Amino acid sequence: MSNWIAAHLWLIPVVPLAASFAILSLTNSRRSLAASLAVCGQVVAFVLSLAAFWPTLQTPGYRAFHNFTWFTFGEQALRLGFVLDPLAAVMLIMITLVSLCIFVFSVGYMAADEHFTRFFAYLSFFSAAMLGVVIANSLLLLFICWELVGLASYLLIGFWIHKPSAAAAAKKAFITTRIGDLGFFLGMLWLYGRSGTLLFYDGGNGALEQTALLSLGASATFIALLIFCGAVGKSGQFPLHVWLPDAMEGPTPVSALIHAATMVAAGVFLVARVYPLFSLGALHGVTASLTVVVWIGVITALISALIALAQPDIKRILAYSTVSQLGLMMVSLGVGGVAAGIMHLLAHGFFKALLFLGSGSVIHACHDEQDIRHMGGLRRVMPVTFVTYAIGMMALSGVPLFFSGAWTKEEILHATSLWSPSRVPYWLMLIGVVLTALYMTRQMIYVFFGPRRTAAEHAHESPPVMTLPLIMLAFCAIVFSVVLTPAWPWLHDYLSGERPILNFGLFIQQALYLALVLVALGVGLGILIYRRASEIDPVERALPPVFHFLRNRMWLDELYDRTVLALARFAAQLSDFLDRYLWDGIVRFLGALAQLFASLTKGFDEGGINARVDDTADAARGFGQLISRVQSGQVQVYLSVIALGMVALLIFYAWLT
Amino acid sequence: MTPTLQLFLIISAALFCIGLLAALSRRHAIFILIGIEMMLAAAGLNFIAFWRFGPQPAPPTGVMITIFAIAIAAAEAAVGLALVIAVYRHYRTTNVDQIDQLKG
Amino acid sequence: MSSLGFFLIAIFTLAAGLAAATMPKLIHAALCFALTFVGVAAFYFLLGAEFVGLVQVFVYVGAVAVLIVFTILLTPRDAEKDRSFKWSGAWIALVVFGGLLWAILKTPRLGTAAPVISALSVRQIGKILMTDYVWPLQCVGVLLTAALIGALVLVMEEKR
Repeated sequence: MSNWIAAHLWLIPVVPLAASFAILSLTNSRRSLAASLAVCGQVVAFVLSLAAFWPTLQTPGYRAFHNFTWFTFGEQALRLGFVLDPLAAVMLIMITLVSLCIFVFSVGYMAADEHFTRFFAYLSFFSAAMLGVVIANSLLLLFICWELVGLASYLLIGFWIHKPSAAAAAKKAFITTRIGDLGFFLGMLWLYGRSGTLLFYDGGNGALEQTALLSLGASATFIALLIFCGAVGKSGQFPLHVWLPDAMEGPTPVSALIHAATMVAAGVFLVARVYPLFSLGALHGVTASLTVVVWIGVITALISALIALAQPDIKRILAYSTVSQLGLMMVSLGVGGVAAGIMHLLAHGFFKALLFLGSGSVIHACHDEQDIRHMGGLRRVMPVTFVTYAIGMMALSGVPLFFSGAWTKEEILHATSLWSPSRVPYWLMLIGVVLTALYMTRQMIYVFFGPRRTAAEHAHESPPVMTLPLIMLAFCAIVFSVVLTPAWPWLHDYLSGERPILNFGLFIQQALYLALVLVALGVGLGILIYRRASEIDPVERALPPVFHFLRNRMWLDELYDRTVLALARFAAQLSDFLDRYLWDGIVRFLGALAQLFASLTKGFDEGGINARVDDTADAARGFGQLISRVQSGQVQVYLSVIALGMVALLIFYAWLT
Repeated sequence: MTPTLQLFLIISAALFCIGLLAALSRRHAIFILIGIEMMLAAAGLNFIAFWRFGPQPAPPTGVMITIFAIAIAAAEAAVGLALVIAVYRHYRTTNVDQIDQLKG
Repeated sequence: MSSLGFFLIAIFTLAAGLAAATMPKLIHAALCFALTFVGVAAFYFLLGAEFVGLVQVFVYVGAVAVLIVFTILLTPRDAEKDRSFKWSGAWIALVVFGGLLWAILKTPRLGTAAPVISALSVRQIGKILMTDYVWPLQCVGVLLTAALIGALVLVMEEKR
């Protein structure tokens, strides 16, 4: 059984892919069929993921891989493959489960949209690509699926094709991630060049196994950093985070799936996957590449948390929150807490999706209003949404005990505090935790508490098809924490390949108290500041310049526009100029040369050759005319000639004899 | 001195050349005819001279030729003069320099 | 053979010929032309071909010369003085004479005296005409007929 699923791991992405193609062939009217195909595809994938999860539970440190040759060129062969290990297994489960919930939610959310079938086709396609990323055993296969994920996200962000802002956002997302992917590609090429293989695990010959790693030497750092570029782009780390907030132009289920749970997680997953490259030659768990990861993660986490504090759009707040949490995950990976980072990734997947779907429910209820300043007091009219949203918020903020986010954050903070090069990330992370609680409290108060402002006046609870997934995800968010507690660090040990041991003594730790204090501080501050929330944000009233700075996303987009984009525009204009005048000029010059040559030939032909022929003809004619003068028409001339000829003959004859 | 054959030949040659002169040096068409007749006469004289100074007894071949030559000359003169009249009627001129329609 | 007669006739003939070639007036030239033929006939008599000489007088002087005179009368336009004289013709005639002279003088054994011959009677000529030369005779007859008809056709006025 375990061998069968390991060998047929490719079925997991292929089933949603087949569903996607099947849906594409349907017309717009076959809605229920499309939705059923998509949901069934996901269910099958989920079941298969559970089947794949089972063998990894049996053995600690389980790893089964299955490689095949894609094509050969000359004597070399390009091999791809699939791998099944704890990391892949948990990711599979999280992705398929969250996707399933979101698919069901979308049936209700997108019911009014006329391109319903196309939406589900794209969703299935995305799911297939993401699953491909997770199970890939070859960096090349991962890259291929990575790019497909990027394509799917482009299609989904720009789903409402009639909206220019959506199209621009999709383009921005694609191009920004492309910049990161360029680094990824270079890293991949370098790795292939140095080690001769792109397979991760190949029975000892893989790129992540001892022999290949040792042959890399110092270049491992650079390769790792180049691959990290891809992660920076995909996971929205600073400086390539600018696409993520704009990506909120897509429908809310898209934001939930892609930008909360799965796609952005791909970057973190990538770092975890190629971790041996990062950690090669580590001294106390510190290498140059990992240090870079830590600092970028810290900066990202802090900046986006600050910006989230000043955003009025409900989805934007969540988007920046995602960026911040991803930064946190990167920090975790960087300081050596790989299992902790992945755990937070999984937990984050659940509760962020929950929060996005909840916001979707709110938006739907408020008739597509997204500004929190126009909402309020929704807790009375949308109880289910309110409760599930609150659960999600508490999980995100890190309220301890029942909520998964707390345990994982605690683990991360613990690992960060132990980082030898510097304690600064640890303190900054603490501030980050406070900020997280602060902005989430702000959002909660604005949306669910206080007087019912403009858009919330006619709100009502969403239909069950939308609320059921919310409940499901909330349940997961709570239950998940069971496997995350330090008392039974099952997931942690599962991911690290150790045997989990149950120890209730570790239940209450020092870090737990610290987390409790921080969260309480954050929530308390939030209530204090925002208790009288109104159209004008209290912070804006108090510190206008600071608020303005944060509201405009620290002017980073504008900075990019002035510098990078201006450079690109200049380059484009320069290319156009060169093309128009230089290359075109050369081409035209060559054309003129050809024309010159042609006219020369023509001239030569006409003047040189034709003229000679004409001259010859004229000469013949002239000669003829000359000769014809002999025919004077005069009898006496003829007679003279005869007489003279006769004499000549006579003399000749006489001379002969 | 006794007239030798050579002398006769010289005389006939001279007459021939006078005929040629007449034919070539005047502009009137009839002069050409006159010249031609004179040339024919000179030729006949040649024939008779050769017959006379030839080995004897000789058949009268020279004489016969001359007789026929005279007859033919007459016919030719008749036709030639008719031609001159016809050409005169058409072109209103007897100046041979002006009758050059066969000019190439 | 009398050499005096020869020279007289020779001078007479050549002079008449020259006159015929060079006289400005056409009628005069035609009449001198007739005189030339008289001289040639005299030559014939001198050479012992009397019949030919008479034929010469009849045909040439009587017929051809008269014909020419009549033609001159029929083409009155240029019957006036024709004073032009092409010297090129004279040169060519001179050249031809020179050539002929050279050929004659170059030929050896031409300086023999005239042998004695028996007289050629008309009877003999007639006999030969009807026997050996009957075909040429007939042909000449046809030729003369043709020439006559041809001349008539040429000269005939065109019917309107």
